[in-house]
Amino acid sequence: MSNIKDSQGDVWEVFVQSKPGLPHKHAGSVHATDKEMALQNARDMYTRRNEGTCIWVVPLDAIVSSLPEDSGSFFDPSDDKAYRHPTHYVMPDGAKHI
Amino acid sequence: MDNTKKLEEFQAKIDADTKIEPKDWMPEDYRKHLQRQISQHAHSEVIGMQPEGNWISRAPSLRAKVVLLAKIQDEAGHGQYLYSAAETLGKSRDEFIEELQTEKAKYSSIFNYPTLTWADMGAVGWLVDGAAIVNQVSLQRTSYGPYSRAMVRICKEESFHQRQGYEIMAHMAKGTPEQKAMAQDALNRFWWPSIMMFGPHDSDSPNTGNAVKWRIKRETNDELRQKFIDKTVGQAEVIGLTIPDPDLKWNETRKSYDFGKMNWDEFWSVVNGNGPCNRQRLKHHIAAHKNGEWVRKAALAYAAKQKEIQNLKLEIRN
Amino acid sequence: MTTKEALINYCLRIGDTSLILGQRMSEWCSNGPVLEEDIAMTNIALDHIGQARTMLTYAGVLEGKGRTEDDFAYKRNEREFYNSLLSERPNGHFGDTVVRNFLQSAYFYHLYTALSSSKDELIAAHAAKSLKEVTYHLRHSAEWIVRLGDGTDESKNKVQTSINEIWEYTGNLFEMNDVDTLLIKEGIAINQTEIKSKWDKTVDEVLERAKLIRPTDAYMQTGSLKGMHSEYLGHLIAEMQFLPRAYPDAKW
Repeated sequence: MSNIKDSQGDVWEVFVQSKPGLPHKHAGSVHATDKEMALQNARDMYTRRNEGTCIWVVPLDAIVSSLPEDSGSFFDPSDDKAYRHPTHYVMPDGAKHI
Repeated sequence: MDNTKKLEEFQAKIDADTKIEPKDWMPEDYRKHLQRQISQHAHSEVIGMQPEGNWISRAPSLRAKVVLLAKIQDEAGHGQYLYSAAETLGKSRDEFIEELQTEKAKYSSIFNYPTLTWADMGAVGWLVDGAAIVNQVSLQRTSYGPYSRAMVRICKEESFHQRQGYEIMAHMAKGTPEQKAMAQDALNRFWWPSIMMFGPHDSDSPNTGNAVKWRIKRETNDELRQKFIDKTVGQAEVIGLTIPDPDLKWNETRKSYDFGKMNWDEFWSVVNGNGPCNRQRLKHHIAAHKNGEWVRKAALAYAAKQKEIQNLKLEIRN
Repeated sequence: MTTKEALINYCLRIGDTSLILGQRMSEWCSNGPVLEEDIAMTNIALDHIGQARTMLTYAGVLEGKGRTEDDFAYKRNEREFYNSLLSERPNGHFGDTVVRNFLQSAYFYHLYTALSSSKDELIAAHAAKSLKEVTYHLRHSAEWIVRLGDGTDESKNKVQTSINEIWEYTGNLFEMNDVDTLLIKEGIAINQTEIKSKWDKTVDEVLERAKLIRPTDAYMQTGSLKGMHSEYLGHLIAEMQFLPRAYPDAKW
C-alpha cells in the first residue's frame, strides 16, 4: 500500500473508548505516516462529537485476523457447549438470587 | 470448491442478509461494482466540498460560518470513511484518487452546478443533502459490511445537514423580498438536478439488476426518488416556496406525488463533462493534490528517518 | 481611558486575531494536502471562530450599546480591527500556514495560560477553555514543523524560508500600549514581556527538534495596536463582510 513516490501514508485502525470503564471499540481507520499523526488524525476524525475519552491507533499490518475458512474450526465447536451458559442449569423452584 | 458452488453460497448469504466482509469470497463483479460505487460515493463527498466551500469566507454571520464549516468538514470525513471502506476491497486511496483525476471514475453530477448566491447553501443542504440522505439511509442495509458501517456512521452525522440547509431557506423565505427571491431562485435551479441525483429511471439503469440481486442497493432509483419528492413537497409548502414543476400533483391512488418529466439530455450532458463547473471542480482537486505532494513526501521521509533511528537504537540495545 | 474601554480594546485584540486566523484557516477547506489534514485544519478554524465569538460578544456586553458578535465582525472597517499582523498573513503554501499557526499558537498558549488567572472572570474562563484548544493547535503545528524541517531537502528549504519571511511579524505579538499598562495594574491583563520569554523557549525547542534555524531578530513590523494592517486585511474583510454590507436590511 505504501507507494513511496506519492502516498497518502499507511492505514491505521482506530479504536475509541467512549467513556472511562468501557472497552475501546473499533471506530474506523485513518491514513498517517507516523504514530503522532495517526493519533492526531484519529482525534480529528473520530472524536469531533464528544465521542471519546481515549484513542488507540494500530497499524493495519500489525493486526492479525482469522480467515473466513478458519471460522468453522474456530467458532463452530462452541456451538454445542450449552453448559457454558447459565440458562443450561435447572434451578429448584423458589431459589432466588442465583 | 468450484466457483458455481461458491457463488451459490455467496448468494445464500446475501439472501439471508448476512453481511459480506472483506476477507470473504465474493464474485469479481460484486467487488468491481462495490469499488466503483463506494469510490464514486467517496469522490462525491470530496468534490461536494467545493460548491459549499465557495461560501465559507462569505457566510453572513459567525454562526452561519461555523455551521457551514462543520458541515463541509463532515463531508470530508464522510469521504474519508468511504475511501476506507473502498480500500478494504484491495485498491489504495492513491489509486482511487488517480481514477477520479483521470476521469475514469465519476462523482455525483450535482456538484457540477455552481453555487451562485447564499441561498444556494440553503438549497444544497435541503435538497442535495436531503436526496443524499434518502439514498444513504437505504444503503445502511447494503450487503457489504464496511460500506454498511460507513453508512451508519454517516447517517448519524448527516442528520443536521439537511436541517441546516432548510433553516437557511426558511429564514430567507420570510426575510426581505430580495432574500425570498434568492431562495426561490435557488430552489428553481437545484430542484431538477436534485431529483435526478437518484439516477436514470429503473428501466434505463443498466446496473440496477445485479446491485439489487446482491443487495448492494436495497431500493431502486425510482423508489428512492419518489420517497424524496413525497417528503420534500410539504417542506416547501411550509416555508412558502414553490417547487418549479407545474405537473406536480398528489395522486390519491398511489398515495404519492406525480411529477413532471426530467430532462435527461441535460443530465447526461452534465455527466459527460458539459456542466458549468466540471472542469473547474476537477482542476481544483488536482491542484490541491499537486500542491500537497511535497508535504506528503516530507512526512514520508520524516517517518522513514524515524524508523531508521528506532532500528539503530534496537541494534545498539541488542 | 477607563478600565472598561481598555478591556473592550483588549477583547478585540484577542477576538480579532482569532477571527482573522479562523477566516484564514477556513480558506484551506478542500485544499489540504491529504483528506485527514483538511479535517484537522477545519477543526482549528472552528476553534478560532468559536473563540472570536466569545470575545466579540463580550466586547459588546462591556460596551453596552447592543452590538453583537456579528456587528463587530461584519460592520467594522479596516482601521477598526486589532488582530495581530501575523494572523492576517495569507495562507501561502502548507508550510507558510503551519509556520504562521505555530508562532501564533505558541503565543496563544502562553497568553491563555497566564490569563487563566485574570481578575476578570470572563477573560479567565475564556482563557481556560481556549487553552485546551490552543494546546492542541500548538501540538499539531509543532509536529508539522518537525516533519517539514526534518523531511526532505525541499521541505526543509521551504519551511525555513517560511520562517525567515514571516519573522518580522512576530514582534508585533508582544507590543503593548496604555491599554496594557492599565489592565496589568488591575490584574486583568498580563505583561507581554513575560509571555515573550516563554514563547522564545517554546519556539526554540521546536525549531531545534525540526533542525531549523531561528532567524535573528531584526526590524519588526508594527501597527496593529493602532488598527494599522497590511493590505491583505482589507481584502479579507471585504470578502467576509460582503453579504451584510450588500443587504443592510436583511437578517441572516
